[in-house]
Amino acid sequence: MRQTIVRNVGDLPTYGYGPRSGPWWGAMGFMALEGMGFAIAIGAYLYLYAVNSSWPIGASPPDLWPGTAEVVIYLLSIIPNEFTNRAAHRQDLPKVRVGLIVMSLIGIVLLVLRGFEFAHLNTRWDNSAYGSIVWLILGLHTTHLATDLGDTVVLTVLMFTRHAKPRRFSDVTDNVFYWNFVVLAWLPLYALLDWVPRL
Amino acid sequence: MSVTADQRELRDDALNGLQLSTRLDSLWRTPSGFLGALMSVDHKVVGRRYIVTAFVFLLLGGVLAILMRIQLAGPEQTFLSPDKYNQIFTMHGSTMMFLFAVPVMEAFAVYLVPLMVGTRNIAFPRLNAFSYWMFLFGGCFLWISFALNVGPDVGWFAYVPLSSLQYTPTKRPDVWAQMITFTEVAALAVAVEIVVTVFKLRAPGMTLDRIPLFVWAMLVTAFLVMFAMPSIMVASTSLILDRLVNTRFYDSSSGGHPLLWQHLFWFFGHPEVYIIFIPGTGMVSAILATFARRPVVGYPVVILSLIATGFLSFGLWVHHMFVTGLPQLGAGLFTASSMLIAVPSGLQIFCWLATLWDGRPVYRTPLLFVIGFIVIFVMGGLSGVMVASVPIDTQVHDTYFVVAHFHYVLIGGAIFPLIGAVYYWFPKITGRMLGERLGRWNFWLAFVGFNIAFFPMHILGLIGMPRRVYTYTADMDWAHLNLLSSGGALIFALSFALLLVNVIRSLRSGALAGDNPWDASTLEWATSSPPPPQNFDRIPVVKHREPLWLDGESLPVAAGLSVDRREVLLTSLAEAEPQTREASPEPSIWPLLTALATTVFFIGSIFTPWAVLWGTPPMAVALIGWFWPAGSREDEE
Ligand code: HEM
Ligand SMILES: [Cu+2]
Repeated sequence: MRQTIVRNVGDLPTYGYGPRSGPWWGAMGFMALEGMGFAIAIGAYLYLYAVNSSWPIGASPPDLWPGTAEVVIYLLSIIPNEFTNRAAHRQDLPKVRVGLIVMSLIGIVLLVLRGFEFAHLNTRWDNSAYGSIVWLILGLHTTHLATDLGDTVVLTVLMFTRHAKPRRFSDVTDNVFYWNFVVLAWLPLYALLDWVPRL
Repeated sequence: MSVTADQRELRDDALNGLQLSTRLDSLWRTPSGFLGALMSVDHKVVGRRYIVTAFVFLLLGGVLAILMRIQLAGPEQTFLSPDKYNQIFTMHGSTMMFLFAVPVMEAFAVYLVPLMVGTRNIAFPRLNAFSYWMFLFGGCFLWISFALNVGPDVGWFAYVPLSSLQYTPTKRPDVWAQMITFTEVAALAVAVEIVVTVFKLRAPGMTLDRIPLFVWAMLVTAFLVMFAMPSIMVASTSLILDRLVNTRFYDSSSGGHPLLWQHLFWFFGHPEVYIIFIPGTGMVSAILATFARRPVVGYPVVILSLIATGFLSFGLWVHHMFVTGLPQLGAGLFTASSMLIAVPSGLQIFCWLATLWDGRPVYRTPLLFVIGFIVIFVMGGLSGVMVASVPIDTQVHDTYFVVAHFHYVLIGGAIFPLIGAVYYWFPKITGRMLGERLGRWNFWLAFVGFNIAFFPMHILGLIGMPRRVYTYTADMDWAHLNLLSSGGALIFALSFALLLVNVIRSLRSGALAGDNPWDASTLEWATSSPPPPQNFDRIPVVKHREPLWLDGESLPVAAGLSVDRREVLLTSLAEAEPQTREASPEPSIWPLLTALATTVFFIGSIFTPWAVLWGTPPMAVALIGWFWPAGSREDEE
């Protein structure tokens, strides 16, 4: 088939930020389906809550301090996260490095706190359906926390190598974006796990 | 952006036709040799593998179906033991739904969508390769377990408490639950790839109202997958946790609830039917336009129907649970919404009939299968409206009426369009035509065999034959109809044998296809058959809904992409205005290694919870290898 060149795209940049980049949409897609997973797990929790006359079953509600401390740190983490985001948009490599290191540390702190949270749930996964769903939901969120941390650490290392090319800054902004999802997902889960049993 | 880097880079506008093809071909080609094949990230290579693998599972599932029909051909047969029968219907249902129907539809999308939207590769090609490996390993895992006599035997929906440790203390349900996770990981990843490919990789000018209907159908399907499948993953993970580490999700003695399983399962299971059916409608629209020689009537109506069907399909799961004692009002609502879904499906059927009516139809094999689809699907829809009503459902629940109904819907809605699609796109994929004479035999045997096999099941159900029984006694008067049904199943099976013969013969000596043998209008036909590794030498620019019909012999294209490194063009969501030229990944062995590590993790965790600990590091290493940008050309500069 004969072809007629009607336009030239040679001037376009070789990467973009946010909705102009492919990986951003991929992250959106995964957040949508993971968000659905959280929603389903919340639905299962509420279902079990509804069919049981006593809740929590044979346990006291989780101790409040670990989850609450996490809420505070998650919310505060938005500040360095946004700092990293801006630095990445400006392609300011030294600042991006600082931001990523800080975010990695925050992730590690949160993961440790998460360990305490499991220990202070006041129920085991095999005590009752209550214990099971609480562990499942916390486990689900912890998986997200851990994978995001892994991603951040790898990205941090990458930014100290010769692979710190301009388009990597776009990857950094996607990482920032995904962290916001992890934070956002925690808030309703915190309310569900720590406060619904106190109703 | 650094100007110097730009000047170093060679662009496609600096090359003429043959030079350009050769250069792009070597840039995008899958490396040769065995290792190269394992590294491939070309959506066509992966898509072809995916399609062939899914058809192998169809064959396996079909063999099981024939075994069941042999057993049921007469009363009190001993060909299969009750225990074997349980395994076989479970394996049949699970294989057909999880290893054939959904994967084959996504596989066609993996192959076709990038070509139809005019781009060089799917979004996230490495994820795509990973998806295929996960699907392959999950499927093999299920079938190897079956061969080792630990195949699941609790039905394709594995109802608790039957599938709980207490009632099934073997590893069988664990195998089932892990197989679900494998195939769902694959299905979900492909869904995201399809969504992003359609959103961002469309050719310049392919605005939302110029997207081919098949692509629309796959987009809606991908969303259904994304919103339905997490539910079954939560369900099956909870099931296996109950069985392996003693959680109590479904254990009513500790506050758990068996109906939770049914809600989670059917929240996925009902949309699942539409995940299978909606791609079928996309295939029908594509084939119909080409063979009626006119665009499908009511393009916007068809799209709105697709979207409406997608939404409604989520409201319906409860109709699988009418006999579980739900509150009256709820049941009434769900009856109404179950019947409502007939409306968008009906609208689509009218659009297709109008297309045929108004066109100048050429009755080649693909069109025959489409017409067969319309007939069978309408009948399946009618019996569907019947079971959507609570009083009737209460009567026929778990009888062969239901078996008849869902095979009319599944086979009518998916298999007939699919076989039509095989005839239609085979020339594009292989460069050769399938035989037309064999094709006609194929169609008529399938159509007649199918109806002889499944129509009598309606009657069997109404006169009381329950499903999932391995035999029945002679005094029930079910023998004649069952014999008839089994005979029909053999004829139906024969039609697939003909398809296989046709494929093998045509691969060797079929007529050469040329670029566009059917004179179709969409972009996949604008490149050679089979397409070169780069799909298109220059990216098409779309000005109409039917580019190849309206642009005649001179296709408008865009120039300016790099020929030094793999590049795809990203465009804006609605208007498809070019935005960036993004790098597309090079071949890599890491997706395969990641899938292997994941497989060890999943299978290991059936046998010991410690696998969660020692199984994670290899996965992490493989993932780092995957994402580490070593070896990519942009980083080598
Ligand atoms: C050669 C064609 C086929 C034949 C003869 C056939 C036959 C059967 C029969 C006799 C049963 C009932 C088993 C029982 O209740 O005792 C059955 C169940 C089933 N079939 Fe098919 N089938 C065919 C193709 C398909 C296809 C293409 C699909 C899906 C795409 C499918 C999906 C199912 C499912 C989901 C079940 C339920 C299994 C269960 O209860 O666990 N079948 N089939
Ligand atoms: Cu349904």
